[in-house]
Amino acid sequence: MVRFLNRSAGRLSRHRRGPLAGLVVMLLGLLMTGGLYAAFAPAQAGSAESDTALAAKGRQLFLVGCATCHGQNGEGVRTQDGNQIGPSLVGVGAAAVDFQVGTGRMPMAQPGQQAPQKTPVYSADEIAQLAAYVASLGPGPAIPDESQYSLAGLTAAEREAAIVRGGQIFLTNCTACHNFEGSGGAMPRGGYAPKIRGVEPKYIYEAMLTGPQAMDTFSNGNLPPAEKRDVIAYLQSLETQPAYGGFGLGGLGPVSEGLFAWLVGLGALVGFAVWIAAHTTRSEKKKVDAT
Amino acid sequence: MSDETHDNLPALVPDEPIANPGLPEHTWRPTDVDERAAKRAERQVATMFGLAQVCVILFLVAYFTLKVGDNPTTFAGFGASTLALGTSLGAALLLIGVGIIQWARKLMADHEIIEMRHPVKSSDEDRQEALASLEAGIEESGIARRPLVRNSLLGAVGFLGLPAVVMLRDLGPLPGDSLEHTVWTKGMRVVRDVVGTPIKLSDLEVGDLVNAEPEIIFAVDAAGDPKFEGVALQVAKSKAAVILLRMNPGDLTPAKGRENWAVDGIVCYSKICTHVGCPISLNERTTHHLLCPCHQSTFDLADNGKVVFGPAGRSLPQLPLAVDDEGYLVAQSDFTEPVGPSYWERDSG
Amino acid sequence: MSIDMNKVATSNTTSAAIPRKPSKVGAVATWVDDRLGLATSMKKQIRKVFPDHWSFMLGEIALWSFVVLLLTGVFLTLWFTPSMGEVQYNGSYDQLRGIHMSEAYASSLKLSFDVRGGLLMRQMHHWSAMLFVAAMMIHLLRVFFTGAHRKPRELNWVIGCLLLLLGTLEGFTGYSLPDDLLSGTGIRAADGFMKSMPVVGTYMSFFLFGGEFPGEAIIPRLFTIHVLLIPGLLLALIAAHMLLLVYHKHTQWPGPGRTEQNVVGYPMLPVYAAKAGGFFFIVFGVTAMMGGLLSINPVWKFGPYDPTKVTAGSQPDWYMGWPDGALRIMPGIESHFWGHTLSWNVFLPIIVLPGLMFTILLLLPFIEAWVTGDKREHHLLQRPRNAPTRTATMVALMTFYGLMWAAGGNDIIAITLHLSINQITYFLRGAVFIGPVVAFLITRRWCISLQRHDEGVLLHGYETGIIMRSPEGGYTEKHLPISPARAYTMTARDREEVPVLETLETDENGVPKKRSPLAGLRYRIRTLMYADNIQKPTAEELEAAQHHAEHEHDLQAALDGHAADGHQFDGHHAVEGETLRGDH
Repeated sequence: MVRFLNRSAGRLSRHRRGPLAGLVVMLLGLLMTGGLYAAFAPAQAGSAESDTALAAKGRQLFLVGCATCHGQNGEGVRTQDGNQIGPSLVGVGAAAVDFQVGTGRMPMAQPGQQAPQKTPVYSADEIAQLAAYVASLGPGPAIPDESQYSLAGLTAAEREAAIVRGGQIFLTNCTACHNFEGSGGAMPRGGYAPKIRGVEPKYIYEAMLTGPQAMDTFSNGNLPPAEKRDVIAYLQSLETQPAYGGFGLGGLGPVSEGLFAWLVGLGALVGFAVWIAAHTTRSEKKKVDAT
Repeated sequence: MSDETHDNLPALVPDEPIANPGLPEHTWRPTDVDERAAKRAERQVATMFGLAQVCVILFLVAYFTLKVGDNPTTFAGFGASTLALGTSLGAALLLIGVGIIQWARKLMADHEIIEMRHPVKSSDEDRQEALASLEAGIEESGIARRPLVRNSLLGAVGFLGLPAVVMLRDLGPLPGDSLEHTVWTKGMRVVRDVVGTPIKLSDLEVGDLVNAEPEIIFAVDAAGDPKFEGVALQVAKSKAAVILLRMNPGDLTPAKGRENWAVDGIVCYSKICTHVGCPISLNERTTHHLLCPCHQSTFDLADNGKVVFGPAGRSLPQLPLAVDDEGYLVAQSDFTEPVGPSYWERDSG
Repeated sequence: MSIDMNKVATSNTTSAAIPRKPSKVGAVATWVDDRLGLATSMKKQIRKVFPDHWSFMLGEIALWSFVVLLLTGVFLTLWFTPSMGEVQYNGSYDQLRGIHMSEAYASSLKLSFDVRGGLLMRQMHHWSAMLFVAAMMIHLLRVFFTGAHRKPRELNWVIGCLLLLLGTLEGFTGYSLPDDLLSGTGIRAADGFMKSMPVVGTYMSFFLFGGEFPGEAIIPRLFTIHVLLIPGLLLALIAAHMLLLVYHKHTQWPGPGRTEQNVVGYPMLPVYAAKAGGFFFIVFGVTAMMGGLLSINPVWKFGPYDPTKVTAGSQPDWYMGWPDGALRIMPGIESHFWGHTLSWNVFLPIIVLPGLMFTILLLLPFIEAWVTGDKREHHLLQRPRNAPTRTATMVALMTFYGLMWAAGGNDIIAITLHLSINQITYFLRGAVFIGPVVAFLITRRWCISLQRHDEGVLLHGYETGIIMRSPEGGYTEKHLPISPARAYTMTARDREEVPVLETLETDENGVPKKRSPLAGLRYRIRTLMYADNIQKPTAEELEAAQHHAEHEHDLQAALDGHAADGHQFDGHHAVEGETLRGDH
């Protein structure tokens, strides 16, 4: 059924790298696990509090920082002529809050079509509180936990298969907007699909789940969690693989390559041509004619 | 004007207000007059040629020590092999090149030489002689006097062009009506691309986008071999790929006759741009506008795939959807119009 | 007028070197001549003169890039499999292992990951292809801006244009061969281009692809075109281009001793051979450096071609960027009639426009010759400012090209500069028409201003930067005459005459014959071409200006008795041994 899985496991194992690579993958896994744990430890510690208590704290933050656009109860605000100022947050779930606030997109610095990524305004604790409050408004996707987007626990062969499958899903569903190595791309009327290289796996997962800004959603019914995990694994593999061919020139494709051909390549060659034809220094002395 | 004068002769600069002072006196380079400077330049050039040899050795070392393939050697995050081979080869070549240029600039005689030009055309005598020969040849052949021979020969040679063109006929089959159909048929399930799983109505939430294919793309026969493989698969995919989008049913403004093409706000459109055929799936969830990354044609999926911007001339073809007994999304029929770029024989009515 | 031929013809070389006793090289040469009789034709070529100027080496960049392309290309063919047969990838690149792909793509991956130096050669091949076309283009601009396309070199211009066209096609076919997602998207678009052609389009598409897109024939067919047909034509045309260059002898800049009748420069052997040979290694070296350091076309990241996949930033290589831009900004117009479809939105920008632009390019020398009516040979180059209308015409064409080019990268411009692709597109739809006109007008006036400046320098001297204060308290800048060599160089150009419409002959009844409309058009264009140009001063004007300057100098000398004439400060003269003030 699935074309690329049509192969023997034997071939896979034949191509496993040397012991060093295994070690690297394991170390990476450990690093990721540890790093993520460290990053989310406060939030998880916070979750020891009862959800209602968290939500209550979150509501206080919400009233100060979010209610102007999203309404006192997260119901959204419309202008008199029907334009949306802030959409309703009922049912968007904790994942949406964690993504929007955690990547600094919310609160927006100024109203606009698209909220750019920036340094987060709220601390991890506060984000957890906000998320708990918004989650309490209506059922929606929860913040994924690490087991959902980590390859830990898979065998080497499964891991490789996951990366390969993730690559195909990425190239089918994501590259059209985000470009072949996640450099981002243009969308209509000044919109853009942001760069997704170097974004934390959790946020990529949440983005797929909730469809931030103008992005389509890839709900779990649409793209099952395992496939989201595979996409993330593929992106991670792109980031950890060596730059085989040298500097990447922004990962933007032929436009930046053309620019480099003209400015660097042709620039250097014309520079050499000027040097070749330039007159050398002259002496004031005259050669004594031997004849 | 100059039409009448100087026909075919090298132009002289007319009416020179300042007399040509002639070539300036030759001046000498330090390397010409100072033996030490010349020696220095010689050593400089030889050093460059020597360093080039060192670079070639480095190239060889890099070739044999740095691994490519499964577990490549890396250096500072780069593939070490390409980096080392490129820089060592580049340095060797540049050193040789710069060395030779430096040799020419510093050590070779740099006297400028004067060469006189001659008119490009042949001398009048030569030309007349050639023309006379040409005419004698034509005259002796009798080609001008015997138009029957000439014309029939021209006809015969001209006819030889036909085999040359006709023989290209078997480059490919005639189009026929193949561009008008895809593999979609009534009741065929819409499945996810890459993994090939069918899609239930309940799988999708408002705002979900699915890059999808007809089920037959992933179908296997009794022996377990795929029904479509190789070229056939590529041809089928290049016309049948679709995108599936769920939006609020209230956002849809179906045209007359398309009222029942959507299922609960789920619409299905051809993924192949009507401009030149790039696959498109850059959808803006908020506006239902679908953008083509190749030439930026933009289609409104809430409004029958109408072109709202860009160079495309036609709406995106829509695939009528239904739900089968098991709750999976299926096609009501094939596309009702040819998908992909326009072509001459396309009858758009 | 007259040129002192004695002065011009005299070489400042020492007499030709006659070997005292036959060298080893001489012995070999004798052996060869006994069998091939080359001495007759080579005796002049060995010491053939080539003038030295950096701008004469731009074509050489293209030539050497072509050699690099041949070398690296042959290497690539040793591993590349031009086949669309489906295989399952089993090579070294983890992220694609197990995926079904064409043999062409699989062998590209093999070249990139399993052949040592394969990725370097792939990248060098691609970079030198970009440089090849770019160098041809700036070489073309140099030739046109300096008037080197005039008689007798029109045919070489035509050959050069064909080389540019073939180089572009060669690049496009090469871009398509690896069968990755980007190249496949390019071929898919090319299929759309072909289908837009009325009547024959669909058939052409089916014949080229061997059936319905994508078929399995296109890669092997493009491969043959890429490695055999076009390189063969390129080689033949390059040979013709070089032979004509040798036969015509290179053009040169005017200057003391450099006239229409001679060519002054270094002999082929040794200086020019060394410089050209050295430049080959430099071009090769720069390409190798780029191939080793700068990633280009990372096919493994695109994945194999799949007609359902696409990536943001799907662009052709730069030389195909401008028709792609035209395609992007063209409004979506289609005609439907009698059961047929004619897609103007594709046909006009991608089939008609490039053909039209190429025809214009090809005809430029002939159009210019028709307008000027100039039938003389030209071997001295013109400064771009001295042909304002011609320069402005090319700048207008360049502006058109550049704007189309920008349109081809509108999505990348949008994301890097945070603009809207829609706004960029709307802007460019107007700008491609207005921009060239504005560029033409500005360039033409600019050139004429530069001519005026030249005239000022000739008549009144150059600005020394020395400010003189008059007894009345006024300040003036001291001007000094330029050197005779420079003055000669600046005046060594044609004096253009604004045409007068020739009086028409009358027939026997005294009624003037009718002027053909074409002649009238030609007259008007010729007037436009020359009317505002500043002509070089006549000998009388120069003399009058000189008198005037001397007179002023005398006046100043009379005022203070020992005027510093300014030579001491202008940096053009040695100050040593010359007192700055007469009385110290």
